[in-house]
Amino acid sequence: MRNLLRDERAWVVALLALAAFIPVLAPMLDSPATVGLATRIVIYAIAASSLNLILGHAGLVSFGHAAYFGLGGYAVGILYAHYGSGEPFLGFIPGSNSLLVTLPAAILVGGIGAAIIGALSLRTAGVQFIMITLAFAQMLYFLFVSLKAYGGDDGLAIRRVAPVLGMNLRDAATLFWLCLGLLAVWLFLMDRIARSRFGRVLAGVRQGERRMAALGVRTYFYKLVAFVIAGMGAAMAGALMVNYLRFVSPDMMAWTKSGELMIMVILGGLGTLLGPVIGAGVLVALEYTLSGITEHWQFIEGPILLLVVLFARGGLMGAVRQLAGRRAPAPEAVPAGELPPRDALPETATHG
Amino acid sequence: MAEAPVLSVQHLVKRFGGLTATDDLNLEVLPGELHALIGPNGAGKTTAIGQIMGEIAPDRGRIIFMGEDVTRLSAPARVARGLARTFQITQLLEDDTAESNVALAVQARAGHSFRFWRDASRDARLLEPARAALEEVGLPRARWALPVADLSHGERKQLELAVALASRPRMLLLDEPMAGLGASESLRMTEVLRRLKGRIPMLLVEHDMDAVFSLADRLSVLVYGHCIACGAPEAIRHDPQVRAAYLTEEDAV
Repeated sequence: MRNLLRDERAWVVALLALAAFIPVLAPMLDSPATVGLATRIVIYAIAASSLNLILGHAGLVSFGHAAYFGLGGYAVGILYAHYGSGEPFLGFIPGSNSLLVTLPAAILVGGIGAAIIGALSLRTAGVQFIMITLAFAQMLYFLFVSLKAYGGDDGLAIRRVAPVLGMNLRDAATLFWLCLGLLAVWLFLMDRIARSRFGRVLAGVRQGERRMAALGVRTYFYKLVAFVIAGMGAAMAGALMVNYLRFVSPDMMAWTKSGELMIMVILGGLGTLLGPVIGAGVLVALEYTLSGITEHWQFIEGPILLLVVLFARGGLMGAVRQLAGRRAPAPEAVPAGELPPRDALPETATHG
Repeated sequence: MAEAPVLSVQHLVKRFGGLTATDDLNLEVLPGELHALIGPNGAGKTTAIGQIMGEIAPDRGRIIFMGEDVTRLSAPARVARGLARTFQITQLLEDDTAESNVALAVQARAGHSFRFWRDASRDARLLEPARAALEEVGLPRARWALPVADLSHGERKQLELAVALASRPRMLLLDEPMAGLGASESLRMTEVLRRLKGRIPMLLVEHDMDAVFSLADRLSVLVYGHCIACGAPEAIRHDPQVRAAYLTEEDAV
């Protein structure tokens, strides 16, 4: 039982199972807005978790992750616009209002976008890498601002979304459950990847590029594949967000959105499975609550985030671990310089 | 000397601005040989290792490994051909356990890592060779599951060697494996290297003269990036040039 409580995966399963009841409970509590709020949290959780793969696991500070979020959103929006007008996109791609078409299209577009941006920016490192990812995202942002054919600054509205496998996506509860299901699938994938050989290489990239080179690992392609997977996840989240808002605009890829996604990951806990989900939940809920109290809610939000980052190393997940004292106690330190013979160490500390 | 050398460094030159760190360096390591590279601080020993490994590009000269000119190859390409090194300042993955540090080296040697599904921490194909390497360097079993950050300096030095061994090298470059170790730890490391000797050719950079003279088949003495003498330990010990340039200086301190 104790082992189960220690396993982050058990907590994720429990949390997702509880969240599934939100659409049932919300009408009873007479707060219909809750389902919409929960949907936003779930969608941001997917986006934050995708950023966590490169930021948390591989230690790559990408400051342009909203670009893929927005690309996914625009894939849905543009396909819908062509469905409405009847003109094929680029003359040969027919439009669509079905999520079964637009969601895979969004994921594909996000992956291609991340492959191009990643291939170029991963040739740099450090501050240069941060600036170049930001610059690419800003380029895309201004590209969509100037695309008058697709609404420019004003964005695009999506009016009639086709039912998916008999599910009416205009029903708030149905859309929430769909998003929650996709979050569950996404987190399962992230967990497998983090534990796989590929995930071990990403952890190595974060902790010591020099060591990885001495091990004979060419890290570039591993980083690029991680970048593409993360871009696909963010694009999936963006596509869902556009279905939820029934609207897409360049604001989805603004640099402030990239910043928000980073805050979610750092707030929740870098490199953890549950952290980005918690971070998304806390940030969205905080903004919702504070903006109900005062117009200057960011004035209160800032110090709260500052306190978490200053006092909880490893974000909220780190704080929870510290409070629970879950970090396995290290066996008594052996004084440097004098190592007891191999068999003289206490039996209790034996592993593997 | 009929055997072809494993490693042959020929007329190697490296300049950093006005400083000549490697000055026309010639060096040969024979099959099964433990070749020690000694010299005062700043003689360019670590720079030489960096160039042999492919981390630093030399300005001139050639590096031949296993009969192949590797001078222009990247570090990962040289690792693929069987070179491995340890670092004077340990380069380990601090958050990971000792065992998974070594397992990653096994994994890197096993081919590409574009495997996304299986749990690497339960993969016997990685763990068994990793545990064998940990046994080989004598890191106590009780320390294997600890994060590197919780290990002592001596244990990290042992782990550094285990990581290098796990890549099944055809030659080892050891950059001061005894640096900072206590007397008994140094002796234990010397014993580990003695067991490896003969099986894997080694180039050993080390300041611990007791260890060097008891282990080495041959020594090269480096002063200001230039090899001033090369030979068996006894010959080096009595070489007047070496005594003048290096050993006496050491004694005087």
